[in-house]
Amino acid sequence: MTTVANTASRQQSFAPADFDVYKIRADFPILARTVNGKPLVYLDNAATTQKPQAVIDAMIRYYTSENSNIHRGVHTLSEQATESYEQGRVTVQRFLNAAEAREIVFVRGATEGINLVAQTWGRANIRHGDEIVISAMEHHSNIVPWQILCEQQGANLRVVPVNDSGELIFEEFEKLLSVKTRLVAMAHVSNALGTVNPVRRIVEAAHRVNARVLIDGAQAAPHMKIDLRALDCDFYVFSGHKVYAPTGIGILYGKAELLEAMPPYQGGGDMISSVTFEKTLYNRVPHKFEAGTPHVSGAIGLGAALDYVNRIGIERIARHEKQVLAYGTRRLQEIPGLRLIGTAQEKEGILSFVLENIHPHDIGTVLDQEGIAIRTGHHCAQPLMDRFGVPATARASLALYNTMEEMDALANGLQKVREVFA
Amino acid sequence: MAELRDLYQDIILEHSKRPRNYRALEAANHKAEGFNPLCGDHFTVYLDVAENGEIRDVSFQGSGCAISKASASMMTQAVKGKRTEEAQKLFEKFHHVVTGKNGSEAEDLGKLAAFAGVSEYPVRVKCATLAWHALRAALEGGKQAAVSTE
Repeated sequence: MTTVANTASRQQSFAPADFDVYKIRADFPILARTVNGKPLVYLDNAATTQKPQAVIDAMIRYYTSENSNIHRGVHTLSEQATESYEQGRVTVQRFLNAAEAREIVFVRGATEGINLVAQTWGRANIRHGDEIVISAMEHHSNIVPWQILCEQQGANLRVVPVNDSGELIFEEFEKLLSVKTRLVAMAHVSNALGTVNPVRRIVEAAHRVNARVLIDGAQAAPHMKIDLRALDCDFYVFSGHKVYAPTGIGILYGKAELLEAMPPYQGGGDMISSVTFEKTLYNRVPHKFEAGTPHVSGAIGLGAALDYVNRIGIERIARHEKQVLAYGTRRLQEIPGLRLIGTAQEKEGILSFVLENIHPHDIGTVLDQEGIAIRTGHHCAQPLMDRFGVPATARASLALYNTMEEMDALANGLQKVREVFA
Repeated sequence: MAELRDLYQDIILEHSKRPRNYRALEAANHKAEGFNPLCGDHFTVYLDVAENGEIRDVSFQGSGCAISKASASMMTQAVKGKRTEEAQKLFEKFHHVVTGKNGSEAEDLGKLAAFAGVSEYPVRVKCATLAWHALRAALEGGKQAAVSTE
């Protein structure tokens, strides 16, 4: 146990010269508020992130001066709104290094993206006896849509186990792959453990048996450089609100030739090119999958959020978060009776843990009194909780604005938890 | 700001560490599971109810937070020997107190009044009432019932 690092002063935060976390914090108005009389320590970023002023301003600007429906008006406002919405798509395309903007479909979030693939590509391509391979660390949103699809099509779900550190057991994954495998659907980063999966190797192995691959990037997009042309996955999803954008907007990336061949998801306006009662012709991609008036302000907010991330630089963000994670891990390991759940070699900013004889819910309530927001529960990953033999965990999750001092606050708060339940 | 000790009173902490009547009941003729999918809390409540409606014995098993476990423990003490309709009435009063609807009823609750502090923590009301919901399901559902607080 180290006693050197009982408190991290500003000087000890060893922030790189090109990353001033205190300046960044000033971009997020909510971080100035107090909770229960204490400064807010927001450590529930894997659930949702706070929004920088630039994103809030972009949405206000849209509703103040551009609000209009898109893709259908000839008037000026509609043209401007259409332009802003489509600019959001281009920003996402560049952020992910996708080949074309039309490969980006706006959806409500990662969950809807996965359901869209299951119910369009899945119903057209998954047959009786086929297999879909997922991992034991998936979020319910990357389990249940495939269970529904398997039930509809008479297909089977296969699950790759994880080891005691919370890492995918790659040999077991390779063993599950066969000519029956049609799809591999896996998290890029586990929401409950922080484990970073070897997605490039997963895609290569899956493609060797001609299976398609969907990667759930909900917990990866805020934290790391994503290069879809290098990754070569067939589908990728993420949610805007986890990367500093508003709720209700997210994206599905699909390779153009796959999206072209897929049947539409929902029917309605904007997704058609002509309608008669005898025959309807569908619009081109991505519009074929965007029936109805979309979340225009959300797409604009997402564009502004990714612009914000790009201005700071995702590599710089990743470096900062890794330092805070390493320091937080050390501070938590000093606490007697604390067990970290998820100790993968490759890990993003998630500290999932249990305290001996203290239920996560009670931890959450005591920390909240200290102004510290964490998540407690099964994190929509019940099978994973079963794997580790716990009903729930407490989870502190990081974003670019978290500091070393906040890791101290968390550690001190946990000492208080131990005192209350001693 | 609510004080933490108002929620985690000594008697609650004590019962959470050493729950009473924490066992399966062989002679149970009523039984129900209470489940909170939000946090994974899970209790089974066992009852042995006489023909005249008296709760001869009551016990519970399961896992949950300090509030839910202490509440289950103290509930078994409170309803043992009572008639089923008295137990139901007690739950109503308990519910009013923990939800802050009628704090004055705390006077009728005896030791259970310790849970009055829960009313300051709305998200914890389900913890405090989980075992009670299971009790009611057991009384109404008979030999095998289940209840979820979501």
